[in-house]
Amino acid sequence: MSDAGSPKGGRRRTPAAWEAETLDPTVRKFPERPVAFTTVSDLPIERLYTSDDLGPEWNESEKLGFPGEFPYTRGIHPTMYRGRFWTMRQFAGFGSAEDTNARFRYLLEHGQTGLSTAFDLPTLMGRDSDDALARGEVGREGVAIDTLADMEILFRGIPLDRVSTSMTINAPAAVIFAMYLAVAEKQNVAFAQLEGTLQNDILKEYIAQKEWIYPPRPSMRIITDLMAFCSRHVPKWNTISISGYHIREAGSTAVQELAFTLADGIAYVEAGQKAGLAVDDFAPRLSFFFNSHNDFFEEIAKLRAARRIWAHVMRERFGAKNPRSAMLRFHTQTAGCSLTAQQPLNNVARVTVQALAAVLGGTQSLHTDSFDEALALPTETAVTVALRTQQILAEESGVTNTIDPLGGSYFVEALTDKIERDALAYIERIDQMGGMIEAIERGFPQKEIADASYHYQRQVDRGEKAIVGVNKYAVDGERRTETLKIGDDVERAQLARLQQVKAQRDETRLRRDLAALAAAATTGENLIPLMLACVRNYGTVQELSQALVPVFGTYREVSVL
Amino acid sequence: MGEERKLRLLVGKVGLDGHDRGAKIIARALRDAGFEVIYTGLHQTPEMVVATAIQEDVDAVSLSILSGAHNYLFPRVIELLREKGAGDIAVFGGGIVPDEDIQTLKQAGVKEIFTPGATTESVIAWVRANISPRPLG
Repeated sequence: MSDAGSPKGGRRRTPAAWEAETLDPTVRKFPERPVAFTTVSDLPIERLYTSDDLGPEWNESEKLGFPGEFPYTRGIHPTMYRGRFWTMRQFAGFGSAEDTNARFRYLLEHGQTGLSTAFDLPTLMGRDSDDALARGEVGREGVAIDTLADMEILFRGIPLDRVSTSMTINAPAAVIFAMYLAVAEKQNVAFAQLEGTLQNDILKEYIAQKEWIYPPRPSMRIITDLMAFCSRHVPKWNTISISGYHIREAGSTAVQELAFTLADGIAYVEAGQKAGLAVDDFAPRLSFFFNSHNDFFEEIAKLRAARRIWAHVMRERFGAKNPRSAMLRFHTQTAGCSLTAQQPLNNVARVTVQALAAVLGGTQSLHTDSFDEALALPTETAVTVALRTQQILAEESGVTNTIDPLGGSYFVEALTDKIERDALAYIERIDQMGGMIEAIERGFPQKEIADASYHYQRQVDRGEKAIVGVNKYAVDGERRTETLKIGDDVERAQLARLQQVKAQRDETRLRRDLAALAAAATTGENLIPLMLACVRNYGTVQELSQALVPVFGTYREVSVL
Repeated sequence: MGEERKLRLLVGKVGLDGHDRGAKIIARALRDAGFEVIYTGLHQTPEMVVATAIQEDVDAVSLSILSGAHNYLFPRVIELLREKGAGDIAVFGGGIVPDEDIQTLKQAGVKEIFTPGATTESVIAWVRANISPRPLG
């Protein structure tokens, strides 16, 4: 590196010399702002980073490599966005299957390149719209799905052989997946052609998102059944989206988000192996899902560290030989918890910064939040702005012209290394506990998150963390914006449809198929084909989910404040 | 004249909503501020919340709802409290609630709705100013 500015023929001028001769005299007259210079997760950030911060041990081949080559720090593909932009995949779902189908088609018409499905709370919890617990919840947080009849409407006019679909569903993921397969059958699309992702990450439910039916261990059985089924019949399907997003939303730090996600991933790989699957048969179809929060560089470094850690884990810990087993492929969503109800348009700026971080972090797929989402589900106007944000980044900003533009930055590499070290320390602690399932049973990640979220709230309350429009630059009465309304008629209509579907199906055959499904819980037969039989005959989400309860049991959380 | 007893507050997650970050922070902050706090945990039905509130003899019930089901769940809890003769237990809460719905909920008897951006101090101050101990017996 050239030493422009250093004395001719002399040694390199050091940071210490700069501090003594240039910095300190300035700071004595003009002190720095009286704030803690940390990331949003409280990692301390230095005034300046130089090659000294990388240290003599830092080795470009080892730490970075090239895009598309181990350890994938710079990206998992050799061309990254020069080959293809990330998938623009807006999470969508509300009301009835008709409502959501319309929103899906709107988004596809406006240039989004993949679908992402939000289900309502009853569906997420494996309950039908007519269950007592579903009262008031039907269609409010996402689309109401009770039977295959709803799924058929949801994907009407959407060719499943040409559109990839992500489905955010966990406890009843296998049931919903069986319904998706049944829709494909009706469209005459072969399973081998289907592309998409099931979130299906039950471990993070106990940690953060809190949508469960059964306890952890039986839930892992369902997941490994799905892995086995897909590796044989649906080879292009991502069987899990191992998620950090929700862990971060629950209030974790960036390091915790990364560590707990990868520790969950380790648990899933171990489970797959224990179920008799060869790692290279299922690992290439594991995918990940991260948050993109406010601190621009912390997020970029986190994502780069994620790729590097996972590559080493897969090769060294699990002996994966297929290069694709070591590639961490991920979707990103901008941080919902960072959105403000006050001055909602400010959120457009927040989401833009967060989306840019995800892109500079090398995401494969991206959802950008809508500016009104601290108030309600997105209106059409708001979601269009969110989608256009991605398109502007892709088409106008120039950041997609080169791969991993921040690679080699002293700051970004030092921060990547720091986050990697801290995450590995957490993973080591979890290993000492016996793995993530044991850690969850002990309440460890839950307590870490509760403490981190409380700590952050105290900082915000004291004004130590600024939130523009809320504790700084606040203006009274600024919240007005149009929001999406879900009418009460949605629940009524859904109940009527469910009743009709139940009245028209072959009840006797369904009872028999449900009994076969329940029996397989004990025999160990793969559950997926049996679920497929039930859903073809319009068995409901709750009927299939409940069929396994006598054997699997139910989960009850012990709250940790 | 006896010592003024500590206020007893229930913090409840009603309905299927699993977003408990805010509820847990509020519960902890209220406890640190010196109130007696009962946190219900997740997935409580309105009936369960009301039963706990009465059993624990609380002075107020706070509900956290981020699922969009607030227009049904808040009034339902208020209705059940009244049915059980505990209509004097104040109900307030927070979550993801659009402006227009706040008015409707207040008309239905909800005392206050705290939305994103509310500090824990503001909740504590509001409780001190607006919630009184219910008469015993």
